[in-house]
Amino acid sequence: MSRDERADGPATSATASGTAYGTPPAFEAVGLTRSYRLDGGVLVDALRGVSLRIGQGEFAAIVGPSGSGKSTLMHLLGCLDRPTSGTLRVNGVDVATLDDAGLAGLRNRTIGFVFQSFHLLARTSALDNVALPLVYRGVSRAERRERARAALEAVGLGHRLTHRPSQMSGGEQQRVAIARALVGDPRVLLADEPTGNLDTRNGEEVMGLLERLNEGGVAVVLVTHDAEVAARGRRQIHVRDGRIERDT
Amino acid sequence: MRTAEALRMAVEALRVNRLRSMLTMLGVIIGVLSVVILVAIGTGAKNAVEKEIAGLGSNIILVVPGQVGLGAAPTQSRLDLSDVAYVRRVVGDPSKVTVAVNSGEPVRVGRVEVFATLTGTDENMPHVFDRPLRRGRYLSETDVDTRRRVVILGSEVAAKLFGDVDPIGRQVTIAGVRFRVIGVYETVGSTFGVARDQEVHLPVTTAQRLIGLPRINGIAVGASGPDEIEPLRRRVVAALDARYPGETFSAVTQTQLLGTIGTVLGMLTGVLAAIAGISLLVGGVGVSNIMLVSVRERTKEIGLRKALGARGRDILGQFLIEAVLLTTIGGVIGILTGVGGALLIQAVSPVPASITWWSIALAFGVSAAVGVFFGVAPARRAARLDPVVALRTD
Repeated sequence: MSRDERADGPATSATASGTAYGTPPAFEAVGLTRSYRLDGGVLVDALRGVSLRIGQGEFAAIVGPSGSGKSTLMHLLGCLDRPTSGTLRVNGVDVATLDDAGLAGLRNRTIGFVFQSFHLLARTSALDNVALPLVYRGVSRAERRERARAALEAVGLGHRLTHRPSQMSGGEQQRVAIARALVGDPRVLLADEPTGNLDTRNGEEVMGLLERLNEGGVAVVLVTHDAEVAARGRRQIHVRDGRIERDT
Repeated sequence: MRTAEALRMAVEALRVNRLRSMLTMLGVIIGVLSVVILVAIGTGAKNAVEKEIAGLGSNIILVVPGQVGLGAAPTQSRLDLSDVAYVRRVVGDPSKVTVAVNSGEPVRVGRVEVFATLTGTDENMPHVFDRPLRRGRYLSETDVDTRRRVVILGSEVAAKLFGDVDPIGRQVTIAGVRFRVIGVYETVGSTFGVARDQEVHLPVTTAQRLIGLPRINGIAVGASGPDEIEPLRRRVVAALDARYPGETFSAVTQTQLLGTIGTVLGMLTGVLAAIAGISLLVGGVGVSNIMLVSVRERTKEIGLRKALGARGRDILGQFLIEAVLLTTIGGVIGILTGVGGALLIQAVSPVPASITWWSIALAFGVSAAVGVFFGVAPARRAARLDPVVALRTD
C-alpha cells in the first residue's frame, strides 16, 4: 500500500526524499546500464552507464543514430523498463522502490507518451482514445469524456471527437496521441520520433504543438535521429554506443 | 468503475470479432445444451418411474417367496391360500391383505382374441391397491368363495375385445371356459413394463382351478400409514419365517423400490451430466484457445495500455472478463436452447423430460467457471507482457 501511495503522490514523496532546493528534477539518472540477453545467449549492453538530469519544464532532445541506445534510455526514463544497474529518480521517486503496479501508477500520473506510430486503438473514437489513461486512474466516465474533450480542443481537434483513427490524417492522429498524453496533466512528455511518420507540414505542426505545451510548463523529452528536429530542443543530449557523448 | 469499463471493452472486443466469438461460444452452447437436455431426460425418467410406483397405491408391502434382487433365481412358490389367512391373522386387519396368482392366457370374444395377463385376486384388492373402476363392480367375497367365473377387464383389453360396446354382463372365453364381465378398470398405464391395462382380474380360487395349481404368487399387505410400513414388513416376514423354517421370504416396500430405482436413475443422470460436462470442457478449451489468439493479436494494444498506466491486474481483469463473458453468454444461449429442446422432446417423443432448476443453475455456474478457468492462462500471459516488447510487436 505504501508503495502505491508513493506512486500516486510523487510530489509528496519528493519532499520526503529531501532535495535541498525545493522541487526535484523531472529525471535524475546516475550510472544507468541496461543489458539484454539475446535468444542466442549473447549479452548486449544497450546502455553502459548514463548519468543525466533533466529539470522540470525543460525541452531536451535525445539524439543518436539507431542502435545508439537512445530508445533504451527513453524506455527507462518512461518507466516502461527497469535499469540493470544504476539509480533513476522520476520526480524525486526512486523507481527501484516501486513494484510493477507502482511503476504503472507513476507512468499514468507523471508521464505522457507520444509514439512514432501513434499507437491509437483502431476501432475507438478520438474521444475514447484520449480518455484511456484516465480509465486506469479510476476517473468517472463523465469526467473522462469532459477532460478528453478539453484535451482534444487544446490540440485543435475539437471538431473530430467522434472520428476514428482511420478517418484522420497522420498529423491529426499524432495530435490525438498528444492529447492522450496530455489528458492526465503529466509533468513530462516523452516523445519517441514524434514526427517520424509525418510529412514536413504535419511534422512542423506537431513540433509547434510540443513547443507550445513546453511553454505551458510541461517538460518535453524528445527522442530522435533527425538533427533538424533535435535542433528544436533547447538542449541536445547525444547518445552513442550506450553512453552520453555530448550534452549541450 | 474499472470493472464497468473492462466489461465495456470486453463487449467491444467480442463485437469486433463477431464470427469468431460466435464460433467459440458454440462450443460452450453445445456443452450447456447437452447438460440441460440430458439432465432433463434423466430426471424425467426418474419422475416417470416414481409416478408409476406411486400409482400402485400407497404404503404397500409385497410379500413373495425367495430372495428378491438382481440375479436372484426365481423361486417356485410354496405359498397357498392358507398362508394368506395366516398373514391376515398376523396383520390383524383382514381387509388390508390381498393375494395374486398370475398367468398369461388368450382371452376371446367371438373371433377377436387378445393375450392378457390373468391375475387371480380377491375382494380386498381395492383396499390395498389404488385401482379405480370405470364401470361395474369389484370382486366380492362370494365371487371368491364360490369360484364364480367372473372377470374385471383392464381398459385396453376391454377396448380390444368390445370396442365401443359396453362389456358389462357379456361373455369372454379364457382357455375354453366362459366368464362373465362384471367390471372394467380405468386406464392406469404400466408399472415396470407390466401393462396393467392389459390385465384381467378374476377370483383367486377360479384362477387356481384354471391354472391347475393351488399355489399363489404373492401376498400384498397395505399399511395404514408410512410409519407403519417398516414394522409391519418385519412382522410379516418374521411370521412367515417362523411358519416355514429354512425358507426365505422377501417383503418389498414402495420406499425400497423408490430408493433403489431412484439411486440407479440418479446415477444414470449423473453419468449423462458428466458426459455432457465433457463437451462443456471441450468448449472451454476452445475459449482458452481463442483467448490466446486474442492476446497475441492485441499484444500491441496491451503494451499501449500498460504504457498509459494499466497495471497487470487491469489487463488480467480485462481478458478474464472477456473470457467469462464469452462463456456466460454461451451458457445463457445454451440454457435457453436446452430448455427449448427438452420441451420439444417432451412434446413430440415418448421420452419424458423434466427441466430442473439445479441443472440450469449448475450449467450457468459451470460455464462461468469454465470462462475463469480457461481464461486465466491467456489473461495471465497478457498481464505479464513486457510493455517495451509488446509495443515493438507488429
